[in-house]
Amino acid sequence: EKADPQKTAFLLRKAWTLYSVTPMYGFRRARLRDYARLLGAFIAAEKHKGLAVEVGVELDIKVALSSLADIRGSELDQAALLVQLSSRSQGSSRNSEDKPVWWGWFCSVFGDELSENVPEHFTCLPLFLSHGAESYTALVGSWFQKTFDCCFRRLAISPLNLSWMVAMWAGCKLDRAASAVELVFSVPRLAQPLDISYAIHPEDAKALWDTVQKTPGEITQEEVDVFMDCLYAHFHRHFKIHLSAAKLVKVSTAIASAHCDGIVKILHSQYLPGVLMLLTELAISQIQ
Amino acid sequence: HLATSLPLPSERDHLRPRIDLVVFMIDIKSKYSLKNVETSLAHVDARFFLGKVCFLVTGVGRVNACSIETNAVCKLGETYCSPVLFCELELEGVRAATAQRLVRMLAICAGHIPGVSALSFVSLMRKSDDD
Repeated sequence: EKADPQKTAFLLRKAWTLYSVTPMYGFRRARLRDYARLLGAFIAAEKHKGLAVEVGVELDIKVALSSLADIRGSELDQAALLVQLSSRSQGSSRNSEDKPVWWGWFCSVFGDELSENVPEHFTCLPLFLSHGAESYTALVGSWFQKTFDCCFRRLAISPLNLSWMVAMWAGCKLDRAASAVELVFSVPRLAQPLDISYAIHPEDAKALWDTVQKTPGEITQEEVDVFMDCLYAHFHRHFKIHLSAAKLVKVSTAIASAHCDGIVKILHSQYLPGVLMLLTELAISQIQ
Repeated sequence: HLATSLPLPSERDHLRPRIDLVVFMIDIKSKYSLKNVETSLAHVDARFFLGKVCFLVTGVGRVNACSIETNAVCKLGETYCSPVLFCELELEGVRAATAQRLVRMLAICAGHIPGVSALSFVSLMRKSDDD
């Protein structure tokens, strides 16, 4: 279950934009090279049509598709699929290296709920994460949608889910000094938008979670509520502001950070499967 | 009459007309509104829970802005034997329909509809919820 840290290092510390993807029809793992070629041709054709992505130097986009065998939860999960776009500027020396400009990967970590009920010939990889120019994401997304008859949708994260994430991640054990646990709230209905950032010492946050959580390995909604209520009460005592009336928009811990617009950054390889499992669950509930 | 929380200030008790229906409004985007309603419930006389209380959950159009679990509100409705209505105030049609529903409920609670009492109406609503 543990992913090889070397292979997955590039996944860490990048801001990934999240999408949910419906099951893909007719996808065959053996044809990755063909797909890469077809996608490359599609991107070149779209650029030719004048839907240029980057103004300036004429860039040749190379497409690579590969499987990330280690990124899956159970045997029912498909191995993750990575799409990488690299550029090689024309007219430069023969030894110029390809520079990666965009990454996108599909994965499913314990997405059994979806894959169990899917008919033959469908591949379930409900979570899609992209990093790079939005225009490339649109091109890659539309090729996959056309080729495999699937549907991409931006995955937003509600304040309810963000509070689950901060409670879970703040409670994780970390060997070395961790960064602060931070919650960012946006205050509604004001003339000027106001953001409140609430930073908590990671040891205090973990100590609080440890007193709240009853069964290790299990988390209930009640426990998350108690954890958050303690944080809100503490803040109210000092600043007389009810954070529970504001909108929780971003949470940051040493494990990972998440924004309500559906953007996450994973910082710790040890907890990568756990984070992906949670995101897979969110993606599946958006699809169903 | 609108109030941000209960109990109502006692100074105006003698000027206040009879209260026929109490609608507790919960904004699904604000955890605080749920907590506020929970504390205010303690100040309501038990007789009101025989059909003269209802919970109105607003903001349900925006699934991605949820700060409260819908189950928590439904459980609240069950605990206090009162109906839970869901609406989205920002949609004019839904707003108007919800207002009409509340006025009809108020008419029943005030005894203006012959043959239908607040209690019988509420048990009718509960039966249809279970179905």
